[in-house]
Amino acid sequence: MTTVALKPATMAQALTRALRDALADDPAVHVMGEDVGTLGGVFRVTDGLAQEFGEDRCTDTPLAEAGILGTAVGMAMYGLRPVVEMQFDAFAYPAFEQLASHVAKMRNRTRGKTPLPITVRIPYGGGIGGVEHHSDSSEAYYMATPGLHVVTPATVADAYGLLRAAIASDDPVVFLEPKRLYWSKDSWNPEEPTAVEPIGRAVVRRAGRSATLITYGPSVPVCLEAAEAARAEGWDLEVVDLRSLVPFDDETVCASVRRTGRAVVVHESGGFGGPGGEIAARVTERCFHHLEAPVLRVAGFDIPYPPPMLERHHLPGVDRILDAVARLQWEAEG
Amino acid sequence: MTVMEQRGAYRPSPPPAWQPRTDPAPLLPDAEPYRVLGTEAAAKADPELLGRLYEQLVLGRRYNTQATALTKQGRLAVYPSSTGQEACEVAAALALQDRDWLFPSYRDTLAAVARGVDPVHALTLLRGDWHTGYDPAEHRVAPLSTPLATQLPHAVGLAHAARLKGDDVVALAMVGDGGTSEGDFHEALNFAAVWQAPVVFLVQNNGFAISVPLAKQTAAPSLAHKAVGYGMPGRLVDGNDAAAVHEVLTDAVRHARAGGGPTLVEAVTYRIDAHTNADDATRYRGDAEVEAWRAHDPVLLLERELTGRGLLDEDGVAAVRQSAETMAARLRERMNQDPALDPMDLFAHVYAEPTAQLSEQRELLAAELAAEAEEGTAR
Repeated sequence: MTTVALKPATMAQALTRALRDALADDPAVHVMGEDVGTLGGVFRVTDGLAQEFGEDRCTDTPLAEAGILGTAVGMAMYGLRPVVEMQFDAFAYPAFEQLASHVAKMRNRTRGKTPLPITVRIPYGGGIGGVEHHSDSSEAYYMATPGLHVVTPATVADAYGLLRAAIASDDPVVFLEPKRLYWSKDSWNPEEPTAVEPIGRAVVRRAGRSATLITYGPSVPVCLEAAEAARAEGWDLEVVDLRSLVPFDDETVCASVRRTGRAVVVHESGGFGGPGGEIAARVTERCFHHLEAPVLRVAGFDIPYPPPMLERHHLPGVDRILDAVARLQWEAEG
Repeated sequence: MTVMEQRGAYRPSPPPAWQPRTDPAPLLPDAEPYRVLGTEAAAKADPELLGRLYEQLVLGRRYNTQATALTKQGRLAVYPSSTGQEACEVAAALALQDRDWLFPSYRDTLAAVARGVDPVHALTLLRGDWHTGYDPAEHRVAPLSTPLATQLPHAVGLAHAARLKGDDVVALAMVGDGGTSEGDFHEALNFAAVWQAPVVFLVQNNGFAISVPLAKQTAAPSLAHKAVGYGMPGRLVDGNDAAAVHEVLTDAVRHARAGGGPTLVEAVTYRIDAHTNADDATRYRGDAEVEAWRAHDPVLLLERELTGRGLLDEDGVAAVRQSAETMAARLRERMNQDPALDPMDLFAHVYAEPTAQLSEQRELLAAELAAEAEEGTAR
């Protein structure tokens, strides 16, 4: 086995490395899904795993998402630790009943007797020119399902650390992979992978004093870009990368908002009934007296995901974020 | 050798050279449901086994009537009775070895009890003091599944995992005729056949999915025929003939354990009671139909066989009925005790470690309970 030094590495490579290390460390870990074996996955995240660990450890399943997750439940009941790949966000919907009725509830319904350590990897979000049904932001469905953890990395190092933490978790984890960041690069050294991050902690990606951008996954780089652009306007923006939507890190988020006094939540998912509403409510409930302005949301429109030639109008971009920041009642300060 | 290598590579050729992958003929079910009782095959049946089946059937019938009575007394929230289907329930439990797993549906409380689950703990879901009242690993009985057919892929996954670990464990999954229309039924059978997983699927065709008769559920010649499309054998059996169901299931379990892959068994039976105590069966079926099935009652059929062959006399019948009454009395007594409830349990098992959000909500409920208690004391 030769390890190729990859520096800088892509997020996809970090995910592959996380799966490989998990398979090597624990014989209970099994990777399964559509095209994950011989092909190495449509995004190549499982590249080489079937060859290295055999088809019983990295299995091409029949094309049926409910069946994939349903059989993973039985495998977990027998002591295995399945890592399931859903090929695309919108292709995961057939598995929703298994996820909501069994995966999320099994520990609770059996009073802790039957935990299900299952990781469900789902590439999500837009920005890759995908045709219909390939670009959904489905996180709100999973967030609204008690019993699941929901995490999403925004950096190469987090992709490795969070996936290792998800696989090691005794609870089911929905692991949302921002597909437009698969090929994003970082100076990450796979020879010394970053320590496994605990699930449930947000991180301040950029410190600032004027306002907080609360975001996650594919919108993190957009917010960092917006923060750079905001300097020209005289705003010093802080960017909080949530990393975990469930559990939610109120502590880190509120500490930031209390420092800055202003907040904008940014995500691709639709605004109505989306994660931003919950986050804005939590921030308002906890930080009301520190707020100089209402918490604003910059979200995708409340429309079915657009065709690829129109998606740039839908996705939250730097300008829309800066427009929201401009509406944070700065005039009241003077 | 990997799973895929065991199956060999199937690569379809262009049309002139095309061949079916397997000859479907041996997979086809018989035209008539297989029967033992009242036929020549009965003479070959083990009298000791027939005796055990009879005892379990009588106990099972009494359990059903007792649980139904408990719903009328408000001790159970609901009870989907398996009265008339006891042969399937009992045979499913007895066909398995101790290390095997049973995956019941919500109507299969009796199968769980016949496998050793505490009769009261098996009713936890239906009493409503919790969801699953027993540790699934203790008796290898998965939670009673309310969502239809969703437990079938679990059975396939568990059996597959056991085989990967080198254990000769078989999973038996139970589903009704209505459940065969669900996508999870199809996906489970397909995964099981592709993986050659050691699974037995038992479909209890009891004639109705609540009110909808089989004719509106499927156009297949029989539910057992569905097996052929997945490449597994289908077996049709008289679901009220306990000896026949036990024999067919035991064969299927043996076949699965030996590495022969899954089998689909359709047991033709009848739901004598309404769907649950909350249902009114007179809205969709007539008395004459029910009476015709009462004449083909599973307890009656086996009792007739045993008494006819001198294996059971009046005293024997009375003794079995007495032990059923004792069981029912004990069940009544235990079910008439109010279950211990701790509202804090609501937060205890959602995650391995409660999230900060759940801890906050737990505190909220604890404060409400403390206030309630104080109010109660003040009064």
